[in-house]
Amino acid sequence: MSVAELIERDFAVPDIRCAGCIAKLEQGLVRDKRIAAARVNFTEKRVHLSYMPDTDMPDLIGAFSNLGFEAHPIGDGPGEADAEAETSRELLRAVAVSGFAMMNIMLLSVSVWSGATGATRDLFHWLSAAIALPTVAYAGRPFFRSAWRALRHGGTNMDVPISIGVALVCAISLYETATSGPHAYFDGAAMLLFFLLCGRWLDSVMRDRARGGVTALLRNMGTGAMVVGGDGRTRWVDATALEPAMTMLVAAGERLAADGVVVGGESQIDLSLLTGESAPQRVHPDDRVHAGTLNLDAPIRVRVTAAGADTAIADIARLMGEAAQGKSRYVRIADRAARLYAPAVHCLALMAFAGWMIAGAGWHHSLLIAAAVLIITCPCALGLAVPAAQIVAAGELMRAGVLIKDGSALERLAEVDRAFVDKTGTLTLGRPEAIDLDWLDNGVKPLALALAQASRHPLSEALTRGLQALDVRPAEVTSVRETPGFGVEARCAGVVITLGRPQRAGLGDALATELTVDGRPIATIRFADRLRPDAAEAIHALRGEGIDAMILSGDRADAVAPVARELGLTAQTGMSPQQKLEAIERQSALGRKVLMIGDGLNDGPALAAGHASMAPGSASDVGKNAADCIFLGDRMMPVVQTVRMARRTQAIVRQNFILAIGYNIVAVPLAFLGFVTPLVAAIAMSGSSLIVVGNALRLKRAIR
Amino acid sequence: MNGLIFLIPIALGLGLLGLAAFFWSLRRGQFDDLDGAALRIFVEEEEEGGKP
Repeated sequence: MSVAELIERDFAVPDIRCAGCIAKLEQGLVRDKRIAAARVNFTEKRVHLSYMPDTDMPDLIGAFSNLGFEAHPIGDGPGEADAEAETSRELLRAVAVSGFAMMNIMLLSVSVWSGATGATRDLFHWLSAAIALPTVAYAGRPFFRSAWRALRHGGTNMDVPISIGVALVCAISLYETATSGPHAYFDGAAMLLFFLLCGRWLDSVMRDRARGGVTALLRNMGTGAMVVGGDGRTRWVDATALEPAMTMLVAAGERLAADGVVVGGESQIDLSLLTGESAPQRVHPDDRVHAGTLNLDAPIRVRVTAAGADTAIADIARLMGEAAQGKSRYVRIADRAARLYAPAVHCLALMAFAGWMIAGAGWHHSLLIAAAVLIITCPCALGLAVPAAQIVAAGELMRAGVLIKDGSALERLAEVDRAFVDKTGTLTLGRPEAIDLDWLDNGVKPLALALAQASRHPLSEALTRGLQALDVRPAEVTSVRETPGFGVEARCAGVVITLGRPQRAGLGDALATELTVDGRPIATIRFADRLRPDAAEAIHALRGEGIDAMILSGDRADAVAPVARELGLTAQTGMSPQQKLEAIERQSALGRKVLMIGDGLNDGPALAAGHASMAPGSASDVGKNAADCIFLGDRMMPVVQTVRMARRTQAIVRQNFILAIGYNIVAVPLAFLGFVTPLVAAIAMSGSSLIVVGNALRLKRAIR
Repeated sequence: MNGLIFLIPIALGLGLLGLAAFFWSLRRGQFDDLDGAALRIFVEEEEEGGKP
């Protein structure tokens, strides 16, 4: 076996929590002969595997589950390059280079400021130029590129004044150096780049961290299916390779990877992620089923009718693409500031130049003063003002269990004044919970737990959770047997007990399971999708923040009504994805900024269209991808905390802008009068940056 | 004045050395998993070279 044959692939493993997990995974996985190497990345909750090409995906996932971990392959194919992480690394390299240049030029500049003259000063200036010019050419690229892009499209952003400033300052300093002048601003140019790159890098680190968190959460819904071949043998086929007319075998508890028609077996299908409907749907042979829905009950065979881009989900994806365009038109606060700032700065520099020319200072002296004005007004603090505050806020929110995708999401969240909330999975937990367990006879509970534990059916798991929370111990049972589509059977103290589908009619669509002893039904346990524990509190708190909420649900009116009544909300029911999208567009047309909170595939377009959007960690992959931020856990209060935090962040950003402008008001007249030497510029620049970062740090511990 | 001929190249050289070391560690992936690095000291290594 040569190393070149090995396949490399990353897996998301959300449950890596401690050093023990690292050891267990890295040492346990390589015991499988087909896995050559495993390396855990704790920060991103990923495991990088190198394995033999003949290893099937289910075997690899199985190797993880043998160790007690749930794993999901990341990306469509092996060895996928991560473009965004590369951007971050490039920025970090630029920060390092400009940092190095800044320190060394400063070393030379300090000697000049301390009184070096004549040939020594010239030598030091030339050395500074030799360090600064390549640095600007290398580390300035992100700014030049973005400024050029903005100018070509006829717009302007923060990078335009930065690029012009840096280029002009370098040119003038070079001229100064060549003519043995006393002032060269190479240190200023390098320092400016360093501070700005720090801001840029922070922004990108924040996006990376959130992206890592989100990929770890993505379940990669239906990454594939077991396909029955012509010879009756089954093999694993990736979702992208599924084709119409294949027959999939879908086990209970598995999500469908493609649209199709049931050809064998009967089961119940959970549509809640697709349509928002909470009651499961019973399917028989010849019924149509859709990708993304969950098979609840028994294994079924499904003939694929459409896969990949042809599925019902594709329609939703098209709507989402259209809806997201509105959001991409949003202009971030820093760029809005730049629209006013850039012309002002350029006018000031021009006025300084013209003023001193008229006063008869000579064009050389005038140009030098214009350069000082540019250096002093260059938005050093402004470039840090926004990202510094936002990364502190995002870090705090991440600790509270909220992942923010990027800085613009925080800015948009701060502006919302209306909330639309989906019901199933968002206001409710989106999973069945056993209700009225307290009413069960104490003798019955251990029996129910013993049987429920033996099955992986979603209802059994819900019952196990519920009973364990009540401190019930399972009874001793023997010869446990599970019948797909019916339930679990076992013997206990000589009698046959079963837990399974109720035999009695009259329960309607409601989810329920029945416990029988010796064939006699003795207890019926019902299941329902419960409200999140603090939903009422969260809705009330939202109202306190001036945000009125309303339910937009794809579910039937009689399923939504109790929830709406309990929370005191108005509701629209039976809505299609298109209608949800239209509801948001109507509000936007009225000038309201809508916060959409939802989880399902059917919420995807609405999440993409909302001014800001949030999804719970249990949401569909589509929902999580479309939302601006994701809150983890069962509680809903993080939604309110996030809005509050976003507003505080925006306040800090505004303060930072005021600080930066205040500093300009003091410094610009000095620069105008020609008092700003390179030394003053260096002190002013670093001073204002430190103040802005310090102010941003006040956001730490703002939650609580 | 003569001291400068030695001192400036030394100062710049040391700076460049630091920069090169940083680039090297970045390329080797030492900054990819900062939280994990802190936890790895708790991991008890198995015998190295025991792998087939």
